[in-house]
Formats: sequence, C-alpha cells, structure tokens
Amino acid sequence: MARPAATVSDAPAVQADTPKQELGPVFKLAAGPSEYLDQRLGIAKLSRPFIRKVFPDHWSFLLGEVALYSFVVLLLTGVFLTIWYTPSMAEVEYDGSYQLLRGLSMSQSYESALHLSFDIRGGLLVRQIHHWAAMLFLAAMLAHSLRVFFTGAFRKPRELNWLLGVALILTGLIEGFAGYSLPDDLLSGTGLRFVDGLVRSIPLIGTWAEFFVFGGEFPGDLIVARLYMVHILLLPAIILGLIAAHLALVVYLKHTQFPGPGRNETNVVGYPIFPVYMAKAGGFFFIVFGVLVLMGALMQINPVWTYGPYNPAEVSAGSQPDWYMGFVEGAIRIMPNWESHIGGTTWSWNVAIPGLGTMGLFFGLMALYPFIEAWVTKDKAEHHILERPRNNPTRTAFGVAAMTAYGMLWIGGGNDLVATQFHVSLNAVTYFLRVAVFVMPVIAFMATKRICIGLQRSDEERLLHGAETGIIERDPSGAYSERHTPISQGEAWTLTQHRQYAALMPAESDPDLTEGQLQRENLRRRASRFYFIDTLRKPTRAELEAAQHHGDGHGEIEGGHDGNGHDGNGNGHHSIEAGATTSGSIPSQ
Amino acid sequence: MTDLERSASAGDGHTDIDVANPESQYPVADPGHPEHLPRLTDIDEKAADRATRQVATMFSLVPVLAIGFAVVYFGLSRTMYVDFGFLHVNLQHVLLGTTAGLALLLIGVGAVQWARQLMDDHEMVDYRHSATSDRDDREYVVRELQKGTEESKVTRRKVLGRSLIAALAAMGIPLIVSFADLGPWPTKKRRAATIETTIWSEGVRLVNDITYVPIKASDLEIGQLVNGQPENLKELEGTEFQQARAKSSIIIVRMDPRTIRIPASRQDWQVGGILCYSKICTHVGCPISLWEQQTHHLLCPCHQSTFDLGNSGLVIFGPAARALPQLPITVDAEGYLVARSGFTVPVGPSYFERDSRNDFQEGDN
Amino acid sequence: MAFLAARRRHPATRALLLLLALFIMGVLSTLLAPGQQSSADTGTSQQVAQGKALFAVQCASCHGLNGEGQVTSTIQGPPLAGVGAASVEFQVGTGRMPLAKSEVQAPVHPVRFNETEIAALAAYVATLGPGPAIPNPEQYDTAGVSEEDVARGGELFRTNCSACHNYEGGGGALPGGKYAPSLKDTSNIHIYEAMVTGPQQMPVFNDDVLRPEDKKAIIAYLDDLHSRPNQGGLDLGGLGPVSEGLWAWIIGIGGLVVFAVWIASKGVKAK
Repeated sequence: MARPAATVSDAPAVQADTPKQELGPVFKLAAGPSEYLDQRLGIAKLSRPFIRKVFPDHWSFLLGEVALYSFVVLLLTGVFLTIWYTPSMAEVEYDGSYQLLRGLSMSQSYESALHLSFDIRGGLLVRQIHHWAAMLFLAAMLAHSLRVFFTGAFRKPRELNWLLGVALILTGLIEGFAGYSLPDDLLSGTGLRFVDGLVRSIPLIGTWAEFFVFGGEFPGDLIVARLYMVHILLLPAIILGLIAAHLALVVYLKHTQFPGPGRNETNVVGYPIFPVYMAKAGGFFFIVFGVLVLMGALMQINPVWTYGPYNPAEVSAGSQPDWYMGFVEGAIRIMPNWESHIGGTTWSWNVAIPGLGTMGLFFGLMALYPFIEAWVTKDKAEHHILERPRNNPTRTAFGVAAMTAYGMLWIGGGNDLVATQFHVSLNAVTYFLRVAVFVMPVIAFMATKRICIGLQRSDEERLLHGAETGIIERDPSGAYSERHTPISQGEAWTLTQHRQYAALMPAESDPDLTEGQLQRENLRRRASRFYFIDTLRKPTRAELEAAQHHGDGHGEIEGGHDGNGHDGNGNGHHSIEAGATTSGSIPSQ
Repeated sequence: MTDLERSASAGDGHTDIDVANPESQYPVADPGHPEHLPRLTDIDEKAADRATRQVATMFSLVPVLAIGFAVVYFGLSRTMYVDFGFLHVNLQHVLLGTTAGLALLLIGVGAVQWARQLMDDHEMVDYRHSATSDRDDREYVVRELQKGTEESKVTRRKVLGRSLIAALAAMGIPLIVSFADLGPWPTKKRRAATIETTIWSEGVRLVNDITYVPIKASDLEIGQLVNGQPENLKELEGTEFQQARAKSSIIIVRMDPRTIRIPASRQDWQVGGILCYSKICTHVGCPISLWEQQTHHLLCPCHQSTFDLGNSGLVIFGPAARALPQLPITVDAEGYLVARSGFTVPVGPSYFERDSRNDFQEGDN
Repeated sequence: MAFLAARRRHPATRALLLLLALFIMGVLSTLLAPGQQSSADTGTSQQVAQGKALFAVQCASCHGLNGEGQVTSTIQGPPLAGVGAASVEFQVGTGRMPLAKSEVQAPVHPVRFNETEIAALAAYVATLGPGPAIPNPEQYDTAGVSEEDVARGGELFRTNCSACHNYEGGGGALPGGKYAPSLKDTSNIHIYEAMVTGPQQMPVFNDDVLRPEDKKAIIAYLDDLHSRPNQGGLDLGGLGPVSEGLWAWIIGIGGLVVFAVWIASKGVKAK
C-alpha cells in the first residue's frame, strides 16, 4: 500500500464529468472542524486513497456484509444485555412475575434472564434480537465462505484472508455456544452436561480438562462465570481483531469481481465508496438491523422460561444445540459405540472421534483447501477475476460433496425430530445416516461434476451456435431447424474469460529433479488430471470463426454435425494426446 | 508487460498456458466497458421527482415510528396480549419490535433506493496493483535490514541473540504454570472422592424426586417407572446439592420377573422384579427416563443410546459404550425400598484413567 | 352354639361352610389387595350389558369375545382383564381404539363413540377384572390449584414427563417408529388416565407413588402453559433449536438475500 495505483481521476473510459460546484451548507459547516482535525491527524492524506475507492457490484458480495452487520448488532445488543445479566450460579428462590416458576430455586443467572424477559420493557426483544443475530452471524459466514469457495476467491493472493475467515467461523461457533449457555436453563445446561462428558472422555487428559474447565465436578459453581468472561471479553476481542485484519486485506487487495466486458485481472470496475457504496452498504446495514429487529419481535427464540431452570436430573425430548453445532451433534449421535481398553485405561472413541474429530476435520480441510488446490495447479499467478463454478467442476463438486456430508450430519443432529415429523423409525434414520454420511457425498460429487460439465457444454453451444431463439424454420426440403442468434461479444468474452488449467501427463524423467521429487511431481500430475481432464476446453479463435461461418449457412441440413462437440468425438472435450513430453501440457490449439 | 500483467497471465516458468501466444488464453477479445444506459430517473425529471418523494417519504416515516416506539414503551400495559390469526403474543413486545424494526428497515430501504434511482450510476474503473511490493521497496528493506543487523553486532556475537531467545521462551513457564490452579487436580484420591462416588450407601431410602416421598415396594405396579433420588439428598443445598444430584439420580422400574433376565450375581439386587438403575447416561451424562413399558428399553433423548433394563442395563443401540449401572436394593422392615450399598461402578461417562472392561458385559452372570 | 353343634352333620353343612370360607376369603382379599381401586362401583348392569353388546361388535375381533385377548402375526389385541375402566375411557375416548390397522403404535383418530357408549364399554371392561377406575372430576379439574402447586407441577412435569413428551408437551421420538404424542390438545382427564394406566409404551404412574395431588399439579401446569400467550412472538412449533435454525436460514438469510439481489440489481433502463 506504499503508493496507490492510478487513481480514479486518472482512469480512462467511462467517467461522469463533475463540474466545479458551489460548496453546499454541509460542506461550509464542516470546513472548520475538518481543518482542525487535518492539522492534527492529516485526515486528507488518510482519506485520499479511500474516498472514491471502487467496489464491484454483485449481490453475493453482500453476504460477508450480512455477517459483519450481524456482528455489530450483536455488540450493540450485547452491551444492553450485560446491564441486567448476572453471571452467577448461586441459588436463589424465584419471586418474579412469571408465575409458573414462582417459588422454585434456580441460579442467579437464570433468574436474571427471566427478569430481563418479563420485567424489563423491551428486554425480551433485545434478548431475541441478540440470539437471532448470532444465528445469522454464523449462517452468513457460512454462506459467504461458500460463495468465496465456489468462485475461487481464495486463490492467490487471498489465501491468508481465507484462513482468517476459517478462524472467524471457528471462533464464532464457540462464541455462540458460550452465549446460549449463559442463561443456565434446562436446554443449555443439558448442552453443558454433554460438554462435560465430552471433555471427560478425551483420552489421556480428559478428567484434567474437565476439572480445569468446570473448576471441579460438574456442574460446580464456576462454569457460567467463566463462559461469561469468554463470551464478552476474550472471544469478542479475538473476533474484532480477525475482522479488522480480514477487512484490511479486502481493502488492500481490492475486492474480486466476476468476469465481464471491460473487466480484467488488472482493474476493478464498479461504483465509488462515496456516495454510492456508503448509501448501499450503509443502507444494507439498516436493512439487516431492521430484519433482525423484526425477527426478534415476531419470532420467539430460546424461550428459557418454558425450559425451566437447569436440573441435572431433568431433560427434554428433542434437545439440540443451536443449528451451527448441529453437525457435531449429528456425528455424536450416529457414531457406533466404540470404546477400547488398553493397559489399565479406557479410550472412548465413541465420544472423542465425533466430538473433536468432526470439528478438526471440517475446519482442517477448509483451512487446507486453497493450498491443496494451489499444489495441484501449481498456479502462482494472482487471481482477481472470479471463476464461475461450472468452470472448475472438480472444485465445485468437492464443495457440494462437503456440503452434503455436513448436511447428513445436520440431519443426524435432529434425527429424533426427523423421526417424529416424518413418521419414520429413529433407529432406521440413524442406521441410514451411518452409511449415507460416506456414500451421499460421493454421489453428490459425481452428480455435481456432471452437471457442471453439462453447463459448460451449454456455454459452448451458445458460443459456437448462438442463443436459441425458439423460432423454428422449415426449409424448402421440409427439414425443421431452430434459428439461433449469435451472442453479443460481451457475453462471448465473459464465457471465455476463465483461466484454463491443463491436465498433465506423467513425467518420465527430468534432469532437474531427484527420484523423490519426480515421484511427487507425478503425483501432482495425477491430481491435476483428476481435476481437469473432464473439463471442456475453450473453443479457439479459429473454431469460433469457423462456427460463425458455418452459422451463416444455417438453415440447411447440417449433416455430420453431431451437435455434441466440436472435435467430432462426441464428448466435446479434448482427449489426451499420445506422445506428450515431460513438459506435458496439452496444447491448447 | 507490467508485473501484474505478467503474474496474471503466467506462473514462474512452470506455465500451463502458452504465454507467447496470448490469443490462446482469450479467443474472444474484450469488447471494453459497455455503454452506459440511462435510467428513467436520469432522463425524466418527473420520474426523478417521484423517486425523491419516495425516498423522502420513507425517511419521514421513521420519526413517526420512533415516537410510536416510545408511546408503546410507556403507554402500553406490560401484560396485554393479542390474538391475531395464529399470533397469540404479548402485545407490547411485538409492537416495540415492529416499530423499531420497520423504522430501521425504512432508513435502509430509503438509502438504497436513493443510490439506485438517483445517485449517479456511471461505473468507474480503478487499477489494481500487484500485492507484491515494488522492487525498490524490497531491495531497500533487505539492504537496510542487513545493515541494521550488522550494526546490532548480533551476527558476530551470536550468544546475544541465542540467550535472548532462550530468555523469552523461558517466560512461557510462569505463563503456563499460572493456570495450574484453574481447577482441583483429579488425582486418584480426588477422583475417588468425587466422580467415582455418590451419596448412596447402605440403608439409604429411595424417594420420589421433587416430593421426597418414600416408596413402598408393594405400591409399584408392573410397568411402573419412578424418577427417584436418595433420601439424604434433601440435606444438601447449593453447589453440593447440584453436584450430588448430577450423580445420584435414579430410576426405579417394575417388570414381570418372568419376562426379564436377572443374572445370578444380581438376584439380590432386585425386589420381586423391581430394579433400580442410575439415571445418568454412560455416554455423556444426560439424565434418562424415556422407558418403554413393554420392551423394557430405556432411550436417552440426547443421543439415542438405548439400554435394556430387562437385561442388566446393557447397551442395545446408540453411542453409549458401557452398561447402565444398577443400584442394589432391598426392602426395609416397613416395606420401603432402600439401597443395599452404593453403586458398584462409577456413574456417568467413561474416562481414561478407569479401565471399564470389567463392567457388566453381554453374557456376564 | 348348641344349635350349630347339633347340626354339624347336616347334609347342607359342607355347602354352607364352603360359602362361608369363600365369603371370608373374598373379604380378606378385598381388604388386603394392593391399592387398586375396585371397579365394582363404575357401572349399572344396564351399562354393562350395553357395553358387552358394543364390545362384541367393535372390539371382540381383536380382543376376543370375553376380552381374553389374541396375539397373532396380524392381530395384536392384548387381554383386557385388569386394564380397568380408565384404560377404556382413555383409549376409546381419544380415538386410539378401535384400531384401524395393525401398526407399531395406535395413533389418535377421530373418536368413534359418544359419551354414553364409552361409559358403557368402560363399565363392561371393568367387570373383566379389577383395574384403575375413571378418575373423578375433582382429580383433574385444575380450577383453584395454587400458584405454588402449579410451579411444583412444572418441576414434576420436567422430572417425569418431559424426557418423552418434551419441555412443553410437544411430543418426542421413541425407538422403532414409536413416539410420545403431543399433549397440547389432550384433555385433562385423558392426561390423568394415561398416567394411571400407562398406555402402550408409556410407563405406569399410579396414584400410590405419584399422588393424586401431584398429578393434578402436573395437569394444572400444562393447562396454564398451553393457554398462555407466547411472550416473544410466534412459537415456531415449540420444537427448540432445530426449527429456530431452519427459520434463521429461510427468513433471515433468505430474506436478506432477496434484499441483496435488489440492492445490486441494475434496474430498468430507459433505452
């Protein structure tokens, strides 16, 4: 960021002409204070690179903003809640306005939650906004990360930003769990009991971790206060730091953009922050806030008064954690009851594998993926143009397979509700999911890949033969054909702008590499073949021209045109040519 | 070719794309930025006025709603309820939320509408720079770092650097050690006094949970389930009470002795088909009382571990790995159910230090 | 005494002694039998006759003409001796019986019989063997239950019932396709009877252990809970975090995506 690149005022092409204007009243008022600040802070120098910074426009770029604004709402509503909440497990007898619990003994934290919900006007509203915002915060982060994944926005130079994002999701998950355990009601207390058992069963250190977390035996009298500290101090600080770093990187690297006319890897096309994005993004903040307030007003969430105070001898049917922990819950439920005994010890695989392994696997794979893909493609170029998901079918298929596995675990987390709502056997659901969590992702992978390739074919159809008009023509000899119109150059450019990766043949020998290095290189090539062998290659300029020429004579019967692919072998993509050398790339012509 | 263009089109020598022939990468030329098409509000002044009025109206409704919020807050009774369709809700809560929510929404929608309809919508182009620093920045920094390192003398007197690193690393010790009192240490002795023991012992009466009414064996019917506690639980309170309750909770079931399997070692643990089990699941500790009267199966609602109470609490489905501990019971002189002893194994989830392979297994007697 | 002694070898002596012995045994067993309410006082003989006739037509095909039961591969009709009038009032009164087809659990159906018929059936089945009687209205009428007792009823409900029926009586899953039904539309008398009779997989909670005042407290709690308006808005089914998460995605993310698409859309162009 040492020197900003060509600023907007130097940009060629399209730009509105702003004639010199008389300063309005607002500017006149601001002149004095601005001068004061500039003499002390240099605000003009600071704001210069940002004031007309250009941001590209697409609805899917707003998902990250939903997460950011939800977090702001969480901070605002959270401060309100801390004014009334008491993080203490000391026992009190309830004497408040909710008659159904009067006279019962409960913890002070539960009592403060009841007090806030029934005796403070707007208290329940703020509690519910806070909880809905937490749900949306995590949902938006996941949706945003899916968008980033499927468009390849995690490629160089944004790998570190991706890692920051993964860290944000993980921290957000724990933050949410800590948050909903604070009211100490029956449902969240059951969740804490689960955590106690989970921690205890960790091999080697289980009882130590349990006693350290709870300050002794479950439930003890410390856990709520400790979770409170984590929830309002430790994790928000970490999240704020991660968000600051995440946004700083977005500003420094500039946002990615979708392919299109006038866009390329060296520019950003969009609208300036001031005034357009201030209005759109700022307006979106109010929209997100407004939607959250309306949800808090109309949709009851976490009605702690019906759950009752936590009692380790009580439980409710249909106890689940909040949705974002659902995948761990599902893994725990469908896991077979494996426990082994080695020496004089017990290794509780039935709890440790799903409890810790699911999160480890999920976040680990997420974090590693950009580096795996970079290794496969050996792509060292910077990427600022997004990929359409269909143009990288294997990555898209992996993404959908991961979503499917996650979804199977999600369903597992609610398996008792699936049983009651759909009138099926609980045991059957569990047995099915034990298999499905492995099988369905494979099926999803295969189906997605084929769908992407099909979409690539339809793109190719449009490029070579134009768009279908729906107008059927009949020629003098009686044959029917559909008229196609050629697509615009802008669309053709968009469809062919993506980067093409090669599927490499194995290298036989290379004087620069040792045996071990050669083996690794061949492994990488095998992976690249897996990734890219089925992908269609872009039509060449010659092929496009030939197709156009061909199209001029359209209307006649096109014998020998199989309509399937342009190299006659019926499947549209370029097969591996024999006799490839160690440089191994498939010629693109 | 600029640095960025070079990096955008190729890699470091290992190219997959024929750089010499850029046409192969882009078979269609970039037609350039599309022509800007005006919106209705750009060319029609009346339409622009209409849009302005729309936005202004939205903004002006906000103070009304904000004041409405205050009116509802102070003016409405806290306990009024509304029945509207399937909405059967507290009125003040709903109105506070809808006024505030709509107000916020209108600000947002108004601002966005302003941007979409009235603000200049010419797209602008900005140029990117490579993320990598400029060559002379890098060279400068490397040069100055080398100079500075030399000036610090650390390369010649290596012990300076090494001892500093060792010193800083050593400060990790007080940092980590300071957390050692986070909780009591679960030594063997402490485990025996906490997680391995409950307040059950010989002669303690079984009582109903909540009401503490003692239970006569003759009061129980076949198919009956009682959620119980030890009588001495009511002497405890506060944290001690909760900790005790988290381990001492029991369920008492009565089954027809002819339909269940009572192993020889447990013949005197039951009274005419009345058996007592721990209520705490051996998976991760949820209390279980989902008992099927006819199948004798006990289902934990948390993760669906299922135990057969007609077969010494063995696991028949689900993720629990250990049988449910059984409490040996008998009747006292007045016919009330009492414990013969405490539990013979720890209740609740398994843990590393305890080898549970000798707990009751399938086929044991 | 001389009168009896003189006739000790009378032919009728044996018969009379037998009768006396039976009478004494009957009295003793009635006094000493475990606490089950005798059903002898539930029906008139007319009711019983009507019930028997109804039974023969509607119930005997599964339960046998004398309620002796039959269990085959296709018919699961348990014997009804000892189930008591309360069971009948519950099963028939909630429409579970007559069972339309053999399935893993009898679901609630529209009730087939009117009150008189149900009472008749109950009276008849009660004669098959002593069992729990239909509760009196004061046992399940919750008017006048103190606030303290209602709160205690909540604790009792959460200790004994919510593990199957969920925290607000919304129902829950059991193994193998069975379920604990929702209690939100169940009438007070049926809740009482279910606790006392333990229908199908539900365990028995008889009056000796879960006393009538405890049962009344539980019913009063449920009554109060279900009649209360929701403090925080639509209750989304009362199924807990699963439905909350579903709506967060659909309305929250879905709604905001709709707004996002609107914000980024180019809108109508003039040309």
